[in-house]
Amino acid sequence: MTKIVKSKTPWIIGVGNPLRGDDGVAAAVIAHLKAEDIPAYEFDGDGAELMETWVGQGRVIVIDAASSGAPAGTLHRFEANVEELPKNFFRHSTHQFGVAEAVEMARVLNQLPGHLTVYGIEGVDFGFGSRLSPDVEAAVQDVVQQIKTDIGR
Amino acid sequence: MTKKASRSTSRPTSRRIKVDALSRVEGEGALDLHIQNGEIKDLKFRIFEPPRFFEAFLQGRDFSEAPDITSRICGICPIAYIMGASHAMEDALGVEVTGPLNDLRRMIYCGEWIESHVLHAAMLHAPDFLELDDALQIAKSNPELVKTALQLKKLGNDILEVIGGRAVHPVNLKVGGFYKVPRKSAVRALIEPLKWGIEASRELAVAFGKFDFPDFDYDYTCVSLKHEKEYAIHEGRIVSNRGLDIPVRDFPNHFLEEHVAHSNALHGMTKDGEAYLVGPIARYNNNFDQLSKTARATAKAAGLGNICTNPFQSILVRMVETQYACEEALRIAKTYEEPDASCVKMVPGKGTGHGCTEAPRGICYHRYSLDKKGLITRATIVPPTAQNQKQIEADLHGMVEKNLTLADEKLKWRCEQTIRNYDPCISCATHFLKLNITRD
Repeated sequence: MTKIVKSKTPWIIGVGNPLRGDDGVAAAVIAHLKAEDIPAYEFDGDGAELMETWVGQGRVIVIDAASSGAPAGTLHRFEANVEELPKNFFRHSTHQFGVAEAVEMARVLNQLPGHLTVYGIEGVDFGFGSRLSPDVEAAVQDVVQQIKTDIGR
Repeated sequence: MTKKASRSTSRPTSRRIKVDALSRVEGEGALDLHIQNGEIKDLKFRIFEPPRFFEAFLQGRDFSEAPDITSRICGICPIAYIMGASHAMEDALGVEVTGPLNDLRRMIYCGEWIESHVLHAAMLHAPDFLELDDALQIAKSNPELVKTALQLKKLGNDILEVIGGRAVHPVNLKVGGFYKVPRKSAVRALIEPLKWGIEASRELAVAFGKFDFPDFDYDYTCVSLKHEKEYAIHEGRIVSNRGLDIPVRDFPNHFLEEHVAHSNALHGMTKDGEAYLVGPIARYNNNFDQLSKTARATAKAAGLGNICTNPFQSILVRMVETQYACEEALRIAKTYEEPDASCVKMVPGKGTGHGCTEAPRGICYHRYSLDKKGLITRATIVPPTAQNQKQIEADLHGMVEKNLTLADEKLKWRCEQTIRNYDPCISCATHFLKLNITRD
């Protein structure tokens, strides 16, 4: 994890394991943003650590793979400050303290950032390997565009 | 062992209880339980996390690569793998790491104990005792407790970052020591947080001590490291409460691994085929006298005796060990001076070496053979959850026998809780959980 610096610019974090198929979709989004000189970070720690990264931040965008049963590549968007994240929606991370748990725990502890948007991109294959499924790959550019709109780029 | 449950005298009954996805454990597994006429007909704890073949793909790699490759086995306890592999390579090549470099190794291992123990105890295990679904429910009723736990876990991560370069999969450790020694100012900056950590872990231990613990005891064969001078963490001999006292290299002569059809993880056992226990309770029972006075006082205040035979109390032992780990890290931080050399120089060569450290879940054994160029020809890694599997099944047997009258949902809960006593790391062991109970 990159050293955390309190930032006035939007804090964009992609969660997931690029070596587990569609779980790497957020990493692919981060790579596209970086290529356009937009600061964005991959995150490979657990949910508790994720909470630490956004304490005191203003605008935060989190991207993760989703596993809700929707068609592959479906884009889900949550405004976490005003709506709860559904349970059993995102891929669970280590010891099942994942993005949804981190967001809901932060809400209870009053540690949510000022404005938190969570994107979930529906995956289908979470097996070993670094290749994204075609429908998931196709969704990457859409998410990049939406995030750029979110941050006014 | 628990008393045998009385046989049902009424009509024959049968029930199957399934836990299809065990939550709050690391990795994928299941439990199938079949109860017939009030007796356990079949009980299988299955691990179906796919095998990852680390031992096979280490072959042909350079000796110096083993710590970084094996650390990828686990995101919670990478230090256990880095250090077990490093010790084994140093053993093979006739090198010993001592003095301040060894102190730094002990200190970073304390960091791993703190982050791993607190995550499990407060976030994953505590909800079981409060009959809550998850830590979120604890946060709703006691936000200060959860904030303390999160801050304590972060302290563990901070130690890893200062000494290891980053909190997850540290990059600064190597065979022979470190790439770069941490700055004195960075290590000394941990002193005040560690003083807070000692008090915070004591508070959590005492708070968890008020839980209602299920009535269950087991006469465990406890296997752990033992060190002549200190509560063993990163080095020592392998001992048991049955009189075993062997150097690490003799581990394969006393312990076996067996493939069982229902699990992707090998089952560990003694050479007599018996289950044995590794982890916090085994360490506590074997090495209680070597804990600090203050950690022993916390154990007493939390309701523990000098010996712990109730696996549900492992949550208390974890918090006592967390306090001790904060104390040890503080002791080392206070006197830390930057050493002149960051590592001992290694010369590649032929040999076989063994390494064993106390991962948060118990002893983790490594053995490697090297050719004359220092390339790995053979690798064997025996992680703690593989060793505990047979004991977990034995605990489940005893627990179910004692609770046959419970309704399926309650019994299911109790089974899951029994498994979580072990903080099982299934991805490490895969070499874990759906739970199925059948009664007929």
